Amino acid sequence: MSNHSTDLTPVNGELPDRFEDPGLHEHHERMGDTDPKANKRAERQVVVLFGLSVLGTLAFLVAYAIVPPDGTVAGIRMSNLLLGLAMFVALAGIGLAAVHWAKSLMNDHEVAEERHPIRSDDATREVAVAKLNDGIKDSAIGRRGVLKGAMVSSLALFPLAIAVPLVGNIGGDWDVSRSKHTLWKRGTRLALDPTGRPIKAADVTIGSVFHVMPEGIEEAEHPLNEKAKAVVLMIRMDPRDIRSEQGDGWSYDGIVAFSKICTHVGCPVALYEQQTHHILCPCHQSTFDAADGAKVVFGPAKRPLPQLPITVDDEGYLVAQDGFNEPIGPSFWERLT
Amino acid sequence: MKALAARRHHRSAPVVLLLLALLLTGAVYAIAAPSSADAASATTSQSDIDAGEKLFQANCATCHGASADGTASGPSLIGVGAAAVDFQVGTGRMPAKMNGAQIQAAPAQFDQEQISQLAAYVASLGAGPSIPTADQVDASKGDAANGGAIFRTNCAMCHNAVGAGGALSQGKYAPSLMETSPEHIYEAMLTGPQSMPVFNDANITPDEKRDVIAYLEQQREGSAGGLTLGSLGPVSEGLWAWVAGLGLLIGAAVWIGAKSS
Repeated sequence: MSNHSTDLTPVNGELPDRFEDPGLHEHHERMGDTDPKANKRAERQVVVLFGLSVLGTLAFLVAYAIVPPDGTVAGIRMSNLLLGLAMFVALAGIGLAAVHWAKSLMNDHEVAEERHPIRSDDATREVAVAKLNDGIKDSAIGRRGVLKGAMVSSLALFPLAIAVPLVGNIGGDWDVSRSKHTLWKRGTRLALDPTGRPIKAADVTIGSVFHVMPEGIEEAEHPLNEKAKAVVLMIRMDPRDIRSEQGDGWSYDGIVAFSKICTHVGCPVALYEQQTHHILCPCHQSTFDAADGAKVVFGPAKRPLPQLPITVDDEGYLVAQDGFNEPIGPSFWERLT
Repeated sequence: MKALAARRHHRSAPVVLLLLALLLTGAVYAIAAPSSADAASATTSQSDIDAGEKLFQANCATCHGASADGTASGPSLIGVGAAAVDFQVGTGRMPAKMNGAQIQAAPAQFDQEQISQLAAYVASLGAGPSIPTADQVDASKGDAANGGAIFRTNCAMCHNAVGAGGALSQGKYAPSLMETSPEHIYEAMLTGPQSMPVFNDANITPDEKRDVIAYLEQQREGSAGGLTLGSLGPVSEGLWAWVAGLGLLIGAAVWIGAKSS
């Protein structure tokens, strides 16, 4: 057994041309192979594990009958917990018992299966090549050019039947202009999200943040699609705090409204910190300064949040002066012109 | 009727009429008068305000100024209302212990009576939001489904979808709402403490505020699916799956592959 070493350190600094097959490790007897008591003990352990599984199954049935989900959160949780634990014990008992049985009671003599070369012998290979050549000669593919062309065309064209519907189903239509415009237009009232109540300027006290959508968005053909583009965050601060805005007169008496769609990758930006006037995006921590035209003060966003120009109508309700003057959201649509 | 008509000139008729009128007025008042709206203000007396002023001078005036009009280290408290005092002092945020990114909740340093006196004093300085009535914060009267819709739009981006809290910028954070009392939730919406914006009654109506409280109360029951793991989403759930779940699988694989002794 001296040549059973797995030590591959070169002898005298040189690797041998060929390593000797180290063969199998010496077979160690298990305790159960020599000691009948240990063998009996292992058998008992397997029986206990199977017994555990039986208990688990019975516990499952009992839990199913006695603790049905009663409709409350705690009741459903308790029912799930008991059923799950009982089923775990039932299945784990079977699995553990099977593995333990195989490991400790079945024979454990090591068996090695030699690997053979997978290359066929030369005679078989010659026969195979001859058969292929016969087939090619029989089809006369070399002489019948039209037939060859027809075959190649049919094979090459068929993938279109898969590719065309796959590509055609993307998006439905290719009108990108709808991604550049929102429902906001001149005179659209600002309404509360999600209740849809229009907002009076007097109701927006300093320090408030209102989550806003265009009034009447529910009547749109696809309200959720429109809402995904048109949502606006409206903030009122002391007018003296406003250092800049994106257009002259776009705010109303300290009330500013910005698109809620981040200009980085389009997450809803709405973590407004009242004291710093910073708006934080939860996805990648882009931070915009609402007091300074929503300029980016931190993070990966490259453009300020587009500002919605607002004013009040005759009845004191806040309305949009106009739509956004640039596409909202990530810069993608702006470039696609 | 004839008997009544015959006695209308009786000597004691005016007295009887007067008594009847008083009784009627009292009954109408008892039915029509707002029962709870002025519960907080009804219990504040001049002595409360005086006691509150003493407490204020002893505990708050260093930062907020002797006349509560603010100094460089603390804002003016004129017009913040009783609700702000009840929230800030009731959650132990005030008196503040140290400067930092954010003043944190702590065990309250005053009992409810002292807090009411402080609130009465600050409310007497200028009109502001008052402490909500028990009816306004009664979660059993709220609609948790509607509260969930309001919460998801207005609150969840900072406080997490079930109110477990979350991080803000530069060390600030939105605290967990799991332990916050209904009164304090209501007052926080009304007054907008620290980084939090104000959600006045035009933005989220009192009924909607109660719905939000009902929704938050419901979240405290946890998840029907099992452990919430802090309701923090993929971070804690992923940690659990990778460490406990995969650890168990690796352990099982090692055991299956090991030789029996």
